[in-house]
Amino acid sequence: MTEFTPVSALIGGALIGVAVSALWLFNGRLAGISTIVGDALVPRMPDVQWRWTFLAGLIAGGLLLRAVRPEAFAGGVEGSLLVLGAAGLLVGVGTRMGGGCTSGHGVCGMARLSVRSMVSVAVFMIVAGLVVYAARHLLQGGLS
Amino acid sequence: MRAAKSLAGFAAGIIFAIGLGISEMTRPDKIKNFLDIAGNWDPSLLFVMGGAVGVSFIVFRLTRGRAKPMLGDNFLEPSRTQIDGRLVGGAVLFGAGWGLSGFCPGPAVTALATGLPQVLVFVMGMGLGMIGYRLVTQGSAAPAGAVTGQSATAGASAAAVTEDTCG
Repeated sequence: MTEFTPVSALIGGALIGVAVSALWLFNGRLAGISTIVGDALVPRMPDVQWRWTFLAGLIAGGLLLRAVRPEAFAGGVEGSLLVLGAAGLLVGVGTRMGGGCTSGHGVCGMARLSVRSMVSVAVFMIVAGLVVYAARHLLQGGLS
Repeated sequence: MRAAKSLAGFAAGIIFAIGLGISEMTRPDKIKNFLDIAGNWDPSLLFVMGGAVGVSFIVFRLTRGRAKPMLGDNFLEPSRTQIDGRLVGGAVLFGAGWGLSGFCPGPAVTALATGLPQVLVFVMGMGLGMIGYRLVTQGSAAPAGAVTGQSATAGASAAAVTEDTCG
């Protein structure tokens, strides 16, 4: 169980907005993380360096959180390696096919008032909700 | 310029991760509790999106009409507008993986810092899925982005990159 934390959610969300804004103002690029990862993995991708440093920044931020705000990773990760590997594959294929994830469609796209992104967000939230419902209430955690 | 863009990318990545951590979007249980409306619903994720979209919306608005970002040559926005099977199918697959794990790409990369094997396996699966999708859909052809900037194909490849850039 986790508590509803509206204040830290808003502050954290605003910081994510600051990060999106910084990448836009300085580099002229959208902080859609699946697209950044996908492009970073393309061989001979031009202008690839900032993508790798962005991802390194995420991990550096993660290390900082571990030291200063360990609650960020409290709760651990539930699920077997098999389930997590399969989930990763689905996320990888799905985000490239659909052109974005929670950051690309969910934050950047929504902020750009993109109808395409709004459709994507509605679909992936409904599907994710159904999957969690099935795993928790129908299979009683059988998937994890 | 390349070094400056890399530094800006690094800084944006750190800020992004701190935002995810403060809002605890790095916790898969918190994500699942948002998705699980039938359980003890935790609506925090809506507030995270609200904060992020609000700030980004204002900054996107303010930069309208500007020719260039401070470091790069151009602002790159997605050109695709059609709502098709690819968009919806991709969202279905992504939603399934997100619901199964409680991880989307940003929090997963950030959580690599925990050193947990589950996170590493998720991120490896994600990378494989991305590479696999590209190989299957593009065959052995050169990646669209790889030739951007070369005069002969600059127009076409720039569009291809744009098409895929989030949103």
